[in-house]
Amino acid sequence: MVLVLGIESTAHTFGVGIVSDEPRILADSRFSYVPSKGGIHPREAADSFIKNAPSVLREALSQAKVAIDSVDAVAVALGPGLGPCLRVGATIARALSTYYGKPLVPVNHAVAHVEIGRMLTGAGDPLVVYISGGNTVITARYGGRYRVFGETLDIALGNFMDTLVRELGLAPPYVVGGVHALDRCAEGGKYVELPYVVKGQDTSYSGLLTAALRAYRSGVRVEDVCFSAREVAYSSLVEVAERGLAQLGKSEILLVGGVAASRYLVEKFRALAEYRGVKLYVVPPKYAVDNGVMIAWTGLLMFKHGVTVEPENASVKQRWRLDSVDIYW
Amino acid sequence: MTQSISIGRVRRVIYLGAEALVAEGEFLGYGAVFKLRLRKPYRAPELDREIVSRRTAAEARTMLMLKQYGVSVPRVLFVDPLQGLIIMEKVEGAVLRNALEALGREEACRAMVELGREVGKMHKLGVSHGDVTTSNAVLRPDGSVYILDLGLSKHVEDVEDLAVDVHLLIRVLESSHHSAKEDLMKCFMRGYRSVVGSEVAGKVLEKVAEIRMRGRYVEERRVRKST
Repeated sequence: MVLVLGIESTAHTFGVGIVSDEPRILADSRFSYVPSKGGIHPREAADSFIKNAPSVLREALSQAKVAIDSVDAVAVALGPGLGPCLRVGATIARALSTYYGKPLVPVNHAVAHVEIGRMLTGAGDPLVVYISGGNTVITARYGGRYRVFGETLDIALGNFMDTLVRELGLAPPYVVGGVHALDRCAEGGKYVELPYVVKGQDTSYSGLLTAALRAYRSGVRVEDVCFSAREVAYSSLVEVAERGLAQLGKSEILLVGGVAASRYLVEKFRALAEYRGVKLYVVPPKYAVDNGVMIAWTGLLMFKHGVTVEPENASVKQRWRLDSVDIYW
Repeated sequence: MTQSISIGRVRRVIYLGAEALVAEGEFLGYGAVFKLRLRKPYRAPELDREIVSRRTAAEARTMLMLKQYGVSVPRVLFVDPLQGLIIMEKVEGAVLRNALEALGREEACRAMVELGREVGKMHKLGVSHGDVTTSNAVLRPDGSVYILDLGLSKHVEDVEDLAVDVHLLIRVLESSHHSAKEDLMKCFMRGYRSVVGSEVAGKVLEKVAEIRMRGRYVEERRVRKST
């Protein structure tokens, strides 16, 4: 049995997971930084990670009932993400690797979202829609890599949603009881015209954000702004996904990343899946958001294929693209 | 008494894409192609109507304008933006992608020169095609080349839009006509340059090189690494 410990610290969550190759999740311990106002402040987040990291790590080991000696490798998300946050996880991982003499596995955070989704849902070769606060990517595996079919040209979908509700004075907190403030606000809203942008295979949300806020300031009802902005943002994403399905000939869709927990977005994708006769898989909400388990699991896949890095070379990569990682499994 | 008067009929679906269904048949006695943009169940009905009608109208308008200024695109016979329907003349000939495989070197080159001229004419009118492929072009028996599917065309904002057209074509040649891609591209550029002039053609090629190096397109990035 192979045991891998994984560390996640790319943005707002410091997480440690331990998995075995059965596959089984032995431990899932997390600390989440919640800003008191505004969005993530990278240095504040990193400071809170440093304070909480030891207890999160201890908690994971005690959940798994293993000593760190019996772990076969340490995996860490080296990017993409916020520099100060990434460096906390990277420093701890390098220290564990060096001190305990464990191989170090460099994991790409985006690949990890995809792989945990595939493992938990059983999707085989899907068109993957990866949507979170920092990423909006439509990707599929081809020739040993996850190729980017389409992506956002500016801000990520989650970032768009968060910024909109924040500017409307509805957040933080952004998500309460698993429901995003935008969904709450959109209830009972009616459609008003907002700019719908699909450029070839890419989406764009910054113009929509500006237009939605302008509409609100010019007196459009807040529920109509929320409803319409969400409708336009989600629809453009689903349209690009449909193009991907048609062009790549895939028969499965897999939704991963934090925004995959949005029930309304899942409904839209379900409508698309029925319409095109393909299967829809959605990562369970618990693993849609950032966590250490997905890093451990991807690290395990990589470790089994001999991908490791020397601690002195394990530097963080804030802009580490999904499609630059070789996929051997 | 009721009586139906037939003004057209659909015979055969040619293609079902992500956005539209394309079929052929007759309209007012002409051989015709029907392009119907499909309603999407995942969009709110108001938004869906708006997108379908806006795109249909824009495509038809662009086709009419290009035709008027001498670009070889199909004649528009009928438009109904609310239904998302464009009926256009059917262009007789061979899809360029297949024709290139069957033709000798010289004839293939001549067809690419023609394609270059047509794309050049569009660009000169300030319109980029958005999906220049050898599948979206028809070689007619008289040697002229028609350009199809203006669904992704747009008004040119800067040289980047022009370069994307050329870039896409290069990628298509790489994947579909690999052995002859360099010769074919030279022929295309000869026709293109003859219309837009050397200065614009040079700028476009410069931009194409830049796009290839951006790293979004992985194969090229590998080439860059090894050189």
